Amino acid sequence: MSDTSSVAYGSHASGRSYLVEGGRYSGILSWLLTTDHKRIAILYLISVLALYFVGITLGVLMRLELLTPGETIVKAQTYNAMFTLHGVIMIFLFVIPAVPAIFGNFCLPILIGAKDVAFPRINLMSWYLYIGGAMIAVIALFTGGGPPDTGWTFYAPYSLRTGTNVTLGVFAAFVLGFSSILTGLNFVTTIHRLRAPGMTWNRMPLFVWATYATAWVQVLATPIIGITLLLVILERFFGVGIFDPTKGGDPILFQHLFWIYSHPAVYIMILPGMGVITEIIPVFARRTIFGYKAIAYSSVAIAALGSLVWGHHMFVSGQSYTANVIFSFITFLVAIPSAIKVFNWVATLYKGSILIAPPFLFALAFIFLFSIGGLTGLMQGALSVNVHIHDTYFVVGHFHYVMFGGTAFAFFAGLHYWYPKMFGRMYSQRTATLACTIMFIGFNVFYFTMLVLGLQGMPRRYYDFLPQFQMGHTIATVGSWILVTGLIIMFANLLMGLRKGERAAADPWGGKTLEWQIPSPPPHENFEEIPVIDRGAYDYD
Amino acid sequence: MDESHTTSESSAIHRDDVGSRIGMWLFLFTELILFGGLFLLYAVYRYLHPQEFHEAAKELNVVLGAANTLILLTSSFTMVMSISYLGEGEKKKSLLALGLTIALGLAFLVNKYFEWSAKFHHGLYPNSPELAGRGQGDNLFYGLYYSMTGLHGLHVLVGVVLLSVVLIYIVKDKVTPDNFIVLDNSGLYWHLVDIIWIYLFPLFYLIT
Repeated sequence: MSDTSSVAYGSHASGRSYLVEGGRYSGILSWLLTTDHKRIAILYLISVLALYFVGITLGVLMRLELLTPGETIVKAQTYNAMFTLHGVIMIFLFVIPAVPAIFGNFCLPILIGAKDVAFPRINLMSWYLYIGGAMIAVIALFTGGGPPDTGWTFYAPYSLRTGTNVTLGVFAAFVLGFSSILTGLNFVTTIHRLRAPGMTWNRMPLFVWATYATAWVQVLATPIIGITLLLVILERFFGVGIFDPTKGGDPILFQHLFWIYSHPAVYIMILPGMGVITEIIPVFARRTIFGYKAIAYSSVAIAALGSLVWGHHMFVSGQSYTANVIFSFITFLVAIPSAIKVFNWVATLYKGSILIAPPFLFALAFIFLFSIGGLTGLMQGALSVNVHIHDTYFVVGHFHYVMFGGTAFAFFAGLHYWYPKMFGRMYSQRTATLACTIMFIGFNVFYFTMLVLGLQGMPRRYYDFLPQFQMGHTIATVGSWILVTGLIIMFANLLMGLRKGERAAADPWGGKTLEWQIPSPPPHENFEEIPVIDRGAYDYD
Repeated sequence: MDESHTTSESSAIHRDDVGSRIGMWLFLFTELILFGGLFLLYAVYRYLHPQEFHEAAKELNVVLGAANTLILLTSSFTMVMSISYLGEGEKKKSLLALGLTIALGLAFLVNKYFEWSAKFHHGLYPNSPELAGRGQGDNLFYGLYYSMTGLHGLHVLVGVVLLSVVLIYIVKDKVTPDNFIVLDNSGLYWHLVDIIWIYLFPLFYLIT
């Protein structure tokens, strides 16, 4: 593709930037009542990050508590509430919505050459449901019997008995699930109906493929957690007895229903992140993506296989040995499409003309951290090993490698990649590189130590620990400080860029996908004329 | 149900009925899976307590259940009539059929009320001393009975409200013979409510 054609769509798009008021409403209402997918993305960005800071604060305080045995800063009950809240916030309010709701909303319509999503008003409604869910979660902290202390998994029968405010906490998760379903429903319909002329399925950017697979999982898996959580509420109000062993109910069934959603939810969390990485790698390697179809279909394969592995969370819960073997086998199978992606990313870099910039560094950090997360996941998928490391820090280390090292780093990569497009300005790339380096070091000091602690036998969710774990806990806590330092630098840099950053060009990274062919920031309607697509998404050769 | 209201600044110019229908079907999938979790629980507990489920099912009022099945099936018919009439431009007949659908939905709920009241009267409600004195299978049967028919009843109620809103839209010519996707999608929702009952009825009343 020649350089002149790459700016063709932008050159005569004279519409005002979406950041400038232009609709029916003005001031704050022009944001709160907007149906523009880009503005909704910004609403999500602000609210998701606000809750992310709460989650981080809780996490850092927990690490501080674990610096010494016994009581360091909080009592045991507070600690239980903290890890519950940390889990609920990070999972339901940060990791699940982060990439799809922010970058999915901002980029997906632009990437397929559309002016908006299929149902713009439902899109806004899902943001309000998100805010509603978040507020209910906050109310749950200060009413009833105090903050929930069950862990984010709400396992029965403890969640049915505890005097803490589980009912409201569970209801918050229910509302958030509804928000997630509506986003998924919107994206599936958008991708089916609103692709620009010539945008065939095999010309779609791979982020769109990843979002598409994710959206299906959101639609098909989330209702299961909905009904499960509703039943917990029914149990607590009316004592129906469906999960209560004293009345004939089976708590293991709760675990099944919970993980039938919550394992696919892991792929809701990671797939869009993988999509972001797939966008970034070819741009900074200046090469067409290696194995387009393999990456596209592996997203769908991950979504499909990932829906059939929930039992691997329950190897020691008392399900049958046959079930264990089957779930273990399918768990190993999921590794194949995930590995396909990793190999294809690395193959894309091979002989590429690599531009070192912050989005790319975050993407590399993602590949490294996600690989550790994936491989430690396989260790737990093996039945014999699982018994040894079940419910230890090894599990905690593993899922932080996947969720934080994976999804959150992909989110940061996407944030640095699309930032100039979203805000029309550029942050300091040197500071961003510094932040990325510090975070990468802090992350590994923190969570690799957790893996080791887990192998040594440190159980998860414990308030106290034996003296032999002191060294590990000290290192992990110091790691958390390094990590947070990096995070602070990163966010401060991004905030500074909003005011003082230099103006960004339409295509600062040399990307070939559609979002780089319209002005930064994009006009209200994205495209003056709907583009006609006549080539693949990554046309570098 | 909100998927049916798809007008927006851009789609007001660019209407997409197929898109609206895709959205509605996706929403129906989520509803099916929502109930699917309950059907799964039913299957497991029935397998674990076949005899007690058998005995407990005999206590349910088959006549009332059958009457409600008939009511809902008829209402699905009047729903289709309403859509078909509006498509032919027969606004009044369409309104009549839709009104009948709403009335039948309400009749279902009234019936349900009497059915539940009778059970409550016999001390058969969640956490009741009567159920506590019986076996665990009975407790699970009634737990599922109330959860599943309750959630279904809630859907009937939502459906009635939804159809009433659409009725007003037709009266006010917001839903017209040229643009009745909202009625169409509401009809899809109503059939879903119907079809779930078609499964609930035999599972609780007939299989003994």
